[in-house]
Amino acid sequence: MNKITLTIDDQVVQVENGATVLEAARRAGIDIPTLCYHPDLSLAGSCRVCMVEDLETSRLLASCVTPAADGMRISTRSAAARRARKLNIELLLANHPNDCLGCDRSGSCELQRLAADLGVDRRSVDRFAGQKRKRPPVEQGFSLKRDPNKCILCGRCVRACGEIQGVMALDFAGRGFDAIVTTAFDLPYSEVNCAECGQCAAVCPVGAITEISEISRVWEALDDPDMFVVVQTAPSVQVSIGEEFGLEPGTVVTGKLIAALKRLGFDRVFSTEFSADLTIIEEGHEFISKITESKKLPHITSCCPGWVKYAECNYPDLLEHVSTAKSPQQMFSTIVKTFYAAKSGIDPEKIFTVSVMPCTAKKLEKARPEHRDSGFQDTDAVLTTRELARMIKEAGLDFINLEDGDYDQIMGETTGAAAIFGTTGGVTEAALRTVKEVLTGESLDRLNLGLVGIREAQVEIAGRVYNIAVASGLANAAKLLDDVREGKSKYDWIEIMACPHGCVGGGGQPFSRFSDAKDRRARGLTEIDQNRQIRKSHHNPDVISLYEEFLGEPLGEKSHELLHTSYQARNVR
Amino acid sequence: MNCVCGHAQENLDRYFSPLYSILNSYSKAESSLIPILQDAQEHYGYLPQEVLREIAGHLGLSLGKVYGVVTFYSQFHLQPRGRNVIRVCTGTACHVRGGAEVLKAIEKQLGIKAGGTTDDLEFTLETVACIGACGLAPVIMVNDDTHGRLTPEKVGLVLDAYRSKSKAGANTAAPVSRH
Ligand code: SF4
Ligand code: SF4
Repeated sequence: MNKITLTIDDQVVQVENGATVLEAARRAGIDIPTLCYHPDLSLAGSCRVCMVEDLETSRLLASCVTPAADGMRISTRSAAARRARKLNIELLLANHPNDCLGCDRSGSCELQRLAADLGVDRRSVDRFAGQKRKRPPVEQGFSLKRDPNKCILCGRCVRACGEIQGVMALDFAGRGFDAIVTTAFDLPYSEVNCAECGQCAAVCPVGAITEISEISRVWEALDDPDMFVVVQTAPSVQVSIGEEFGLEPGTVVTGKLIAALKRLGFDRVFSTEFSADLTIIEEGHEFISKITESKKLPHITSCCPGWVKYAECNYPDLLEHVSTAKSPQQMFSTIVKTFYAAKSGIDPEKIFTVSVMPCTAKKLEKARPEHRDSGFQDTDAVLTTRELARMIKEAGLDFINLEDGDYDQIMGETTGAAAIFGTTGGVTEAALRTVKEVLTGESLDRLNLGLVGIREAQVEIAGRVYNIAVASGLANAAKLLDDVREGKSKYDWIEIMACPHGCVGGGGQPFSRFSDAKDRRARGLTEIDQNRQIRKSHHNPDVISLYEEFLGEPLGEKSHELLHTSYQARNVR
Repeated sequence: MNCVCGHAQENLDRYFSPLYSILNSYSKAESSLIPILQDAQEHYGYLPQEVLREIAGHLGLSLGKVYGVVTFYSQFHLQPRGRNVIRVCTGTACHVRGGAEVLKAIEKQLGIKAGGTTDDLEFTLETVACIGACGLAPVIMVNDDTHGRLTPEKVGLVLDAYRSKSKAGANTAAPVSRH
């Protein structure tokens, strides 16, 4: 491949043909501020914050969309470049609510940070004072809200929703001063084909798209002496929440997470991994019954509520393929308000179930009207990883120096299989470990499916070879599903996670400055799996006794009543 | 609210059948979107949400994407339009010669604001940046007719000429030019 040599701020830089000036600079360790640029998305070049000066022509260039050329002499810090960048930030702020204190993104907002870095002050913004966008915020629903007045029209959400998810729920509407980013007819997310995955919130540089916070409801429950507050933590939270306190992505902080939750006042702290094991048993047996009774395949997983809503909107004809097993979050809460309540002698009406999830779609899932199998709303509140971090900060806990805690008993045992639920491919690997061993008594080798795009594998069980596919990111999922729809799919088992890399890349995870954060979190989970004593779901002793004492057998009557659910086609596009 | 007449499906089919023939007259490609929108608007008078849903579904696009296109072009309308469209010029020449008063007079007579449509769907009122007839300022257009040198007092006469026959007043004003 031919190389290009250019000079950036007196450094001679070599890059391959096709690299942009921004990429060349970053590779040379020179940072240029950006806003509309995102490493996972296509280029837009709309915000003009990455301006640099071409010293040959004295022209200003948007470095993110300018290809590096041989012999170029670029300055990232000339007076003209600095002035242009600052001016563009000032202009963005001139049409932005002056409300950092009231914003969920204060402290993690890229616009706020750039304004500080570039030395923008209120006076320099006020000289552009004029008309500001004034649109009503859209806050209905359970997962995400939008405040169009904070939007800087960078289009990152539009690209994430279109390119990664293939959903295209968001787009630019209107033109000129009236242009905004919105859904069709400004409808709330709940009423369009949106998966509520939160990837739009994850890439938004400002507070224009954020999760609907449940922090105050959780504080209220914690402050109520009559309430018995039970919390479950999803597998991927233990490898990401540390980032909110300055640790590297993928650092395993399970013990500190538990300790923090106990300090916050939760009466019981459990891991969703317990019910991930339960999900595996139920779903594994469902798959076994499908293959032994020659029922319709492929079997498609159901633990990702973003995928479930996407399927209901876009592939309603394929819902019969989707596992009826509830997600681990919902299984957990149902068991807490039935089995656990009875066993501990606590009135389920007085139990408040909270889950800490990497996910915004889980907020929607908990509110689905069918999730009342315990006789009460099964899950009362869902906090994202980010929301829990905010509560820990509000309580003033020194997270990093907390002494490790342990999960509480009778639903506290976890397995390696359950830990890897937090990454794409994990559910499949965990389920097949169990399916193979139940059917043949043999152990399954590691599948090593990788983390990106569509992956496939062949697994031999009892003399038959099964074709397995795993997809994360809904645009990838759509490719597999279109084949199923057209009867061309060769797969017997398909796992779908809405978010890229699975839950480690969930829409409720910390905003990271590392572009490889998702990979590092995934590695953290693999490490946990490898270090666990028990690595197969059906060996989880707490799950075994749950069946013995309460549920009976997998897919039995009680399991059906409490651990399985149904879906409905939604007539939206 | 659910329909109680018992013919819901039948009515729906009748409502959508012209749309289906429009859809079938174009290739099923994203590039057909704009011509389909134009034809659909021609037929329905505007672009109702249900019609856009059908179009999106047919072309395999999201409703959000279609909405983005519809709101980008000023030729497309999401609300029913009046039988007559009044465009009041707010360009510099018209402004200097009292265009704003003309607009106010029309708003008052019709009881709507610029951008609105009267309840009887007789008139839709819009403003435009310049009609290109500055010599006649202040100017308005009603449908394809240009009316120049207007005063707030003359507005009533002009509008009456366009009201449905039954409601029209005695006086009519001839447009100064036809396009
Ligand atoms: S939540 Fe997901 S599907 Fe919905 S608009 Fe955001 S990115 Fe698109
Ligand atoms: S909502 Fe956020 S990500 Fe989307 S365009 Fe606006 S600022 Fe950018």
